[in-house]
Amino acid sequence: MIVKILGGGCANCKKLMENAKKAAEELGISAQFEEVKDYEKILGYGVMRTPALVVNEKVMFSGRVAGVEEIKKILKKENA
Amino acid sequence: MFYPVQKFADFVVFKLLNIRQGTKLASALNFFIFDTIKIFILLFIIVFVITFIRSYFSPEKTRSMLARSKGKTFLTHILAALFGIVTPFCSCSAVPLFIGFVEAGIPLGVTFSYLIAAPMVNEVALGLLYANFGLKIALIYIISGEIIAIISGIIIGKLGLEKYVEDYVFRIKVGNVQEFEEKKTMKMRLKETLNFTLELIKKVWVYVVVGIGIGAWMHGYIPAGALASLAGRHNPFAVFIATLIGIPLYSNAAGIIPLVSEFRRLGVSMGTSLAFMMSVTALSLPEMILLRRVLKPKLLAVFVAIVGSGIILTGYLFNIILG
Repeated sequence: MIVKILGGGCANCKKLMENAKKAAEELGISAQFEEVKDYEKILGYGVMRTPALVVNEKVMFSGRVAGVEEIKKILKKENA
Repeated sequence: MFYPVQKFADFVVFKLLNIRQGTKLASALNFFIFDTIKIFILLFIIVFVITFIRSYFSPEKTRSMLARSKGKTFLTHILAALFGIVTPFCSCSAVPLFIGFVEAGIPLGVTFSYLIAAPMVNEVALGLLYANFGLKIALIYIISGEIIAIISGIIIGKLGLEKYVEDYVFRIKVGNVQEFEEKKTMKMRLKETLNFTLELIKKVWVYVVVGIGIGAWMHGYIPAGALASLAGRHNPFAVFIATLIGIPLYSNAAGIIPLVSEFRRLGVSMGTSLAFMMSVTALSLPEMILLRRVLKPKLLAVFVAIVGSGIILTGYLFNIILG
């Protein structure tokens, strides 16, 4: 599973990355994490609000920091 | 509405701490406790309400609406400035939003009306202004912020500055912009709003308390009117200087507004105080560094100059209206 966090590197983006890593760890899912800071790529996903969570190239949400529990639900669904 | 809070402050100071009524310490402490509780209650209510309203809007919707209402008409600017208040985004989204808007064919001036209104009308500033000065000043804050956003956008549009946008912006292809919003039930919406409100208050509370604390200290040790000659309404440069000082300060709006009532007592006029606060919240160095990635220096300078002038004019205007 490939998890990408889209964002310019602000505090919110870092927080989302932290939460996503924690969620994967708690579920025992092995995922590859990647930070996408290039605006061209971010907009390529159709995302205008950062941070955004992309799992296996699908945009899950944008413009907010989701909690660990919410991300766990998303990862579980995508992993199934 | 705040009668129980006053009761509580009285109880803590006179009964619990057993400080004699009428002493300086008692009145300062009583004031501090009452004010802190009152401000946090109002701040909570206002941030909650605004966040809830915002959960129905998104920049993606704004973008498609503005792109549809083609042209640079006055109405489009008003629409953009109004959307600027109600759509939520953190300042690090300014760049992708800018690119997304320009790419959708929204005129540069309209895009700026939107981008200026968003930080100009800040929910924490609004809550604190209402808590400290009442509805009238809070409304003046919103209306003047909107007017500055509308007029600045129109001027930037008229100047035809498209060539000062970094070239790569026009080459970027925006992917399919979707509404990522899942269907939300009212319960989910309320829960999200509550979480966001608590997060925000957790982020700013220190500044607010420090602000109130410094204010309380000034209350005791600096005589009223001490700044009247320096920053009163009769000093023609006060608004100008206050705006310049405010530009490099950022994110401490939460700490500055509780101080403004003390500034007032020391003789700083309302217009000067408002100008100071607006330049703190609307023109920030970190945001300019971000915007530099999409704007060439000349356009960035025009942006700062126009918004700065707008704030200064507002300051003078309110010094005349409010004294």
